[in-house]
Amino acid sequence: MKLFLITTLNGLTLAALYFLVASGFSLVFGLMRNVNMAHGSLYLLGAYIGYQFQEATGSWVAAIAGGFLSMALLGLLLQHYLFRFLEGQELRQTLVTIGISIIAADLMLAYWGGTTYQFEIPDALYGALRGIPVIKVYPIYRLFILVAAITVGIALWLFLNRTRIGMMIRAGVDDRDMLSATGVNVHLIFALTFALGAGLAGLAGVVGGSALSIAPGEDLRYLLASLVVVIVGGMGSVAGSAVGAILIGLTEQYGLAYSPTYGVVYTFVIMVAVLAVRPQGIMGRSA
Amino acid sequence: MKRTDLISPAVIITALLLAAFPLLANAFWLVQIGAQTFIYGIIALGLILLAGYGGMVSLAQMSVAGLAGYSMAIFGLNSAGLGLGWPLPVVIITAIILATIFGTLIGVLSVRTEGIYTIMITLAVATGFFYFTRQNYAIFNGFTGFAGIKAPVIGGYDLRNPVWFYYLCLIFAAFSYLAITHLVRSTFGVALQGVRDNARRMEALGFHVKAHRITAYAIASVLAAIGGILTVWMNDRIDPSSIGVGPAIDILIIAVIGGLGHPVGAFIGALIFTLVDNFAIDLIDRERFNTVIGAVFLFIVLFSPDGVIGWWRRLFKPGSSSARASSQ
Repeated sequence: MKLFLITTLNGLTLAALYFLVASGFSLVFGLMRNVNMAHGSLYLLGAYIGYQFQEATGSWVAAIAGGFLSMALLGLLLQHYLFRFLEGQELRQTLVTIGISIIAADLMLAYWGGTTYQFEIPDALYGALRGIPVIKVYPIYRLFILVAAITVGIALWLFLNRTRIGMMIRAGVDDRDMLSATGVNVHLIFALTFALGAGLAGLAGVVGGSALSIAPGEDLRYLLASLVVVIVGGMGSVAGSAVGAILIGLTEQYGLAYSPTYGVVYTFVIMVAVLAVRPQGIMGRSA
Repeated sequence: MKRTDLISPAVIITALLLAAFPLLANAFWLVQIGAQTFIYGIIALGLILLAGYGGMVSLAQMSVAGLAGYSMAIFGLNSAGLGLGWPLPVVIITAIILATIFGTLIGVLSVRTEGIYTIMITLAVATGFFYFTRQNYAIFNGFTGFAGIKAPVIGGYDLRNPVWFYYLCLIFAAFSYLAITHLVRSTFGVALQGVRDNARRMEALGFHVKAHRITAYAIASVLAAIGGILTVWMNDRIDPSSIGVGPAIDILIIAVIGGLGHPVGAFIGALIFTLVDNFAIDLIDRERFNTVIGAVFLFIVLFSPDGVIGWWRRLFKPGSSSARASSQ
């Protein structure tokens, strides 16, 4: 029972992290049909830059802000100087982002090396929470990730559903051409969405890097997680990313706890099952 | 594209040069450049059939090749003493059949989706298979993989000898190239291109779209299996790192650099990739191979979407209706 509850909590906190990474990926794809294969690179680069911010200022909050803002800016630049010109050419965009991710991974390895970096998290989040029934102790930081993801999720939902720009983004997901025809500057909306998605990846980099660590190869891991989460959950929907992240996070942790050798396989069983029944993903609408 | 393409002077000269190559090359050039180019080319050829002619970009070619390689180790002999030691012909046939089934199943799964979704799903499958082989010790011997899968002696020809191994790879490369060049002009190949350009129209005309797509996956898997077997013979070993995401994307890079519009693109791309792979050390800092190949890839994707053969066509055959790489 204790193992089960701890595994469930681990699964949920992992899901929270996956949600932070995948929601940006999903949003960008939903609106722009741009499969950003460099999303994992944004995650890792955000984490490294966040780390540099912490080194310079000694503040973890500065690391979070640095991770988010630097990647948002990079996303803005990428969208403005590169992806804007490849609009509507989905395969080419995908290939370009693959090229970027290869170069980015190599350059990050060159600059930051193969060593593992560790964030120093604030004292308030450090240590364990005691006195929980059955489980007894659980790391505060992991619970913080859960709270952070829920906060970001609600904020995203409010932004998309209750603000004018959010409405435009949703309209763009449904029908780009009509949105453009109503006089909205679609490029601005695109750039904004890309910045937001990239920024979320950078933010997740710092949050995730604080929970585990930053090391080469993490870019790939979170790209894969984002892919699977949005394939399962459905593209372009915040709720879909949440559902997908919870499913995958729980599956991974249960797999790890109860049958370590075949843990990966269960994730794929879920993916295959979803594809067989609902190719557009659980919460996705058919294109 | 006319039938005479196959026996044009260029093809004959190339064939003669390749056949005479062992007379002037040393073992390094024969195996590390020559044989490696043919092997990459064979695997990438499958991707060109899928992506260029079928409009389905699969990143799982290397996984299929890897399964064939693993099968050689598991059913044949390896130095870990874990092989079943079946007779060689049986092992080869089993490896090809298993890999083809695996690749076809990937096809069955991914034809449920279209366009970029296909890339994502095949990438997810490839990564999943990589992690699986790395964690699974019962079948795949986990992180270490298998070593000591030696190229055999067939009919008195020791395939461990660079010259004979070069010829073996050359023969398979030539055979694969001819087979695919014919295939894309056959009824099946033309129908596949129809499916690529407009699946709904082909459906309305009475073609079984999914069957065509899945068949393409099956054929690409056979090519990947051949490449996978040759790879383990060349490297003598197989482990998860040879089927990771890096190698999976390398195949895509090869196909895109060469050009998805014609089967020859696979081998041109493979040659460029192999040369950069081996000589990037001399050009730039020894560890920065990925930056070089990534930049070449990015450059080609941005400035010549139909690869090197696209350039060739624009330079030397202006006005010819070049088969577009499916870049929609």
